[in-house]
Amino acid sequence: MSEIKFSKEHEWIKLEGEVATIGITKHATEMLGDIVFAELPEKGSKIEKDGTAGVVESTKAASDVYTPLSGEVIDTNQKIVDDPAKINEDPEDTAWFFKLKLKDKSEMDSLMNKEEYDKFAKESNS
Amino acid sequence: MKETSLINLHKSNGAKLVEFAGYNMPIQYPDGILKEHRFTRTKSGIFDVSHMGQLFIYGDDILTKDLEKIFPIDLQNLKINQSKYSFLMNENGGIFDDLIITKISKGYMIILNAACKINDYKILKEKLNDSYKLELKENLSLIALQGPGAKNILGKIIPETTNLKFMHGGDFNYNNFNLYVTRSGYTGEDGFEISIPNEIAENFTKILLINGSKLIGLGARDTLRLEAGLCLYGNDLDTETTPIEANLKWAISKKRIDDQYPGSEVIKKQFFSGVKKLRVGIKPDTKVIARANTKIYNDDNKEIGKITSGTFGPSVEYPISMGYIDNNYSSIDTKIFLEIRGKKIAANVCKLPFYQKNYLKEI
Repeated sequence: MSEIKFSKEHEWIKLEGEVATIGITKHATEMLGDIVFAELPEKGSKIEKDGTAGVVESTKAASDVYTPLSGEVIDTNQKIVDDPAKINEDPEDTAWFFKLKLKDKSEMDSLMNKEEYDKFAKESNS
Repeated sequence: MKETSLINLHKSNGAKLVEFAGYNMPIQYPDGILKEHRFTRTKSGIFDVSHMGQLFIYGDDILTKDLEKIFPIDLQNLKINQSKYSFLMNENGGIFDDLIITKISKGYMIILNAACKINDYKILKEKLNDSYKLELKENLSLIALQGPGAKNILGKIIPETTNLKFMHGGDFNYNNFNLYVTRSGYTGEDGFEISIPNEIAENFTKILLINGSKLIGLGARDTLRLEAGLCLYGNDLDTETTPIEANLKWAISKKRIDDQYPGSEVIKKQFFSGVKKLRVGIKPDTKVIARANTKIYNDDNKEIGKITSGTFGPSVEYPISMGYIDNNYSSIDTKIFLEIRGKKIAANVCKLPFYQKNYLKEI
């Protein structure tokens, strides 16, 4: 069974075994507008919880992508680098950003479930 | 916050509203900036630019002479209903505002940037010594209709407008109201700017919508003007920059180069001897976007300039920027480096505009 969690920086995290797939939420894409550029962390790099792990840019502005968890980047989604519009089209599934081999699974505990995130997103929007 | 007469139409069309120059303005509609941009380039877009100043100065030939003491253009040879791009400058040739001045039968109409209009009015009133009547009209809206389909759509409503030449205007009757329409715009497309009484602006815009045009927000207006290589006041032009440095020498009248106007000494010197910094187009080698305030370096890591506008060009489909660069590096294809998020990104000086309209494809 996979478990989906959410961060306050508007990322979604899908955990399968020791590996977390991370992307940005639909709510985040709606706030950003049309995404025209994406930069991802390097495969094999080790990243720390709450550190920057990439960039997305809309026509209007650049925004950092943070990692909600620590670990080693074992895969990145080249498709969204080649065609950033995919992030707006299917943010919470095929347009994932990177996969992490987790350093400390307990970091998952501080993340929100869907219900909590929806409430958080609604409040941060107003 | 001020609102234009189209505020309800913006809201009912789902606009995302933001504060711009003291006005509550649509940045985009549900389609988003990319689609709005491309719709304007292929069909036609409606832009509410009612926040811009519509200044009328009434007078005769003496007014023309007095305005030539302020603006660096040849107004004596400007025909009635003809428009020219010009500048209001300070004593150093720095730009208070860039504007469009049109000769009308009773004097002049000047279209001013929203953020500058009050200051412009004060400067002009003072320079003209209260000798003329100046009116910054609040009872008029300004609607731009831009794109290859603009001519046909406006032609259905006011057929005579299709005969207007570029940078020319005229008075037109619409339901017994007078509209002043010019063939102009700021998108790099064919189009019109329509000065229209507030009370009929919404109704008129609805008719443009029924005829197949769409409302376009300020977000796409910015990507359109940047692809067309046009300056945005506050980004690419300011009181520290002269028109010659801004690569807008073409807008300075050579015939009047020996005349006196604010900044004329600096302008004359730069006109003939050149400038230290120059506005150029810049294209990064990668897909990364170089935005305003990005520093520019040469291959020896020496800082040689700064980006003033940058975005992704939705029609050219690559990142586009403009900036000011040491004139030694301003020739096309010069290799430069941009510092973005701590990394040096290779880029090239390139020709403007980024987007060249193909008039043969006009619909």
